[in-house]
Amino acid sequence: MIKSKTKILQLTVTLTACAFLFVPIILSVLAGVTANYFQGISSGFTLKWVFRVWELYADSIFLSMRLAISCLIMTLIIGLPAAYGLARNPGWLSRLLEEFISLPLAVPGLALALALLQLYGSMKGFRASWTFILVGHVLYTMPFMVRSILAVLASIDLKTLEEGAATLGASPWQRFRDIVVPNAMPGILAGALTVVTLSIGEFNLTWMLHTPYLKTLPVGLADSYASMRLEVASAYTLVFFVLIVPLLMAMQWASARAQRISQ
Amino acid sequence: MPLLIFSIAFLALPLVRLFLASGESEAGWAIYLDILRKPRYLNTLILTVLVSLATTFAALAVSTTAGMFLSRNRFKGRGILLSIMTLPLAFPGVVIGFLIILLGGRQGLINQITPGHVVFAYSVIGLFLGYLYFSIPRVLLTVMAAAEKLDPVLEEAARTLGASPFRVVIDVILPGLMPSLVAAGAIAFATAMGAFGTAFTLATNIDVIPMVIYTEFTLSANIAMAAALSIVLGIVTWALLLIARSLSGTTVAAGG
Repeated sequence: MIKSKTKILQLTVTLTACAFLFVPIILSVLAGVTANYFQGISSGFTLKWVFRVWELYADSIFLSMRLAISCLIMTLIIGLPAAYGLARNPGWLSRLLEEFISLPLAVPGLALALALLQLYGSMKGFRASWTFILVGHVLYTMPFMVRSILAVLASIDLKTLEEGAATLGASPWQRFRDIVVPNAMPGILAGALTVVTLSIGEFNLTWMLHTPYLKTLPVGLADSYASMRLEVASAYTLVFFVLIVPLLMAMQWASARAQRISQ
Repeated sequence: MPLLIFSIAFLALPLVRLFLASGESEAGWAIYLDILRKPRYLNTLILTVLVSLATTFAALAVSTTAGMFLSRNRFKGRGILLSIMTLPLAFPGVVIGFLIILLGGRQGLINQITPGHVVFAYSVIGLFLGYLYFSIPRVLLTVMAAAEKLDPVLEEAARTLGASPFRVVIDVILPGLMPSLVAAGAIAFATAMGAFGTAFTLATNIDVIPMVIYTEFTLSANIAMAAALSIVLGIVTWALLLIARSLSGTTVAAGG
């Protein structure tokens, strides 16, 4: 009897927490497709707010996608060889470097953005271009890519595999391409999905680094929350959910898979 | 290595510059003392710490209860509950702020279904709820990972020896989870301290550290103070997450 009482209490807490997290999401989706939210759902459903969002903010959606893809390419180009190098040379120096590039995980984006602005804010061409935001995104997502690949590489016997290939006459590039990359693939996939998901949702750095002509999706969201009617803001949030939720699910699937492999 | 060049150019040098900038006002390096001496900054600091502490304990209580329940029971709908509770992981702080407005704003659900005028989104309560929304999924995942590793045999043994469910929780489950709880708590506290997006949407009239940094920088052009507060905030969140990681081995993005 007592046991079932504790169970009921646990269930109540769990369900309340779920409701707290989920009800506002439903409200936001509903408000985004309701003709007049103030009058309620009885005013009818419409997609006009979604179209309105498309008219107003399509640019921000495209910019976010461009940033996410560029960010992915940059983190791959820089992160993959780096993770390989770190896995090949374990030691305190590698640990230190890994720790250092992980700083953007722990230091709030606002502080990082201020630091970037202090140093590069006066370089007008760079400051006003979208690559300035890209630098922020790469900085923030890089540790996820490097760690994700590193975790997978650390679990396999890279040295033996590479020595084997080298004995058979494979060049360093061939070994990297045919042994390291295929083995690291689960980590690369998980890292890539994490990078894209985080880049599309990044606000803290981006808000400080953006210019009025360069609004990303989350910056546009903040803008719509402050200045648009509730229905438009909700419809825009709905568009964001449609983009981010499948990405999040894919990311969770890929991360769980990479973790299984590296254990 | 390109990584080294990239992180020196865009991480190390900017952070050094930020630190130097904090000492460039008339106050010099005493600006760090000003944070504690001037009531405006001290009150901000105290309020931020209090809200973050409240968030931490609330998130720990809710997520530990739910996490233990979800990892110990298999039932229909468990997967859905788990998905709902981890869904907000990818939401930026601004979106969470908006969701709180939908709950507690002027056109919010609570104001509509309750008699009278109940608007809490823009108060400290709204901010607390926003931070809580942000922290629940993160704490939940940490707790569940630890709960999977707990040995149910120990609880069984305690029960056989006549321990009440309450004693089992206090004497067996909580000590087993403790390292993860401290880690999850540190993560929740650090994220709440540094949360900018949520504060940006909700705390237009509340002084929490990230908002003060933002207004010092943009409105008052008090760059030295903005830099000094950023440095202090960065060191605090970094140190907390370092503790968290050494205890549980997990990494969760601060974000916010």
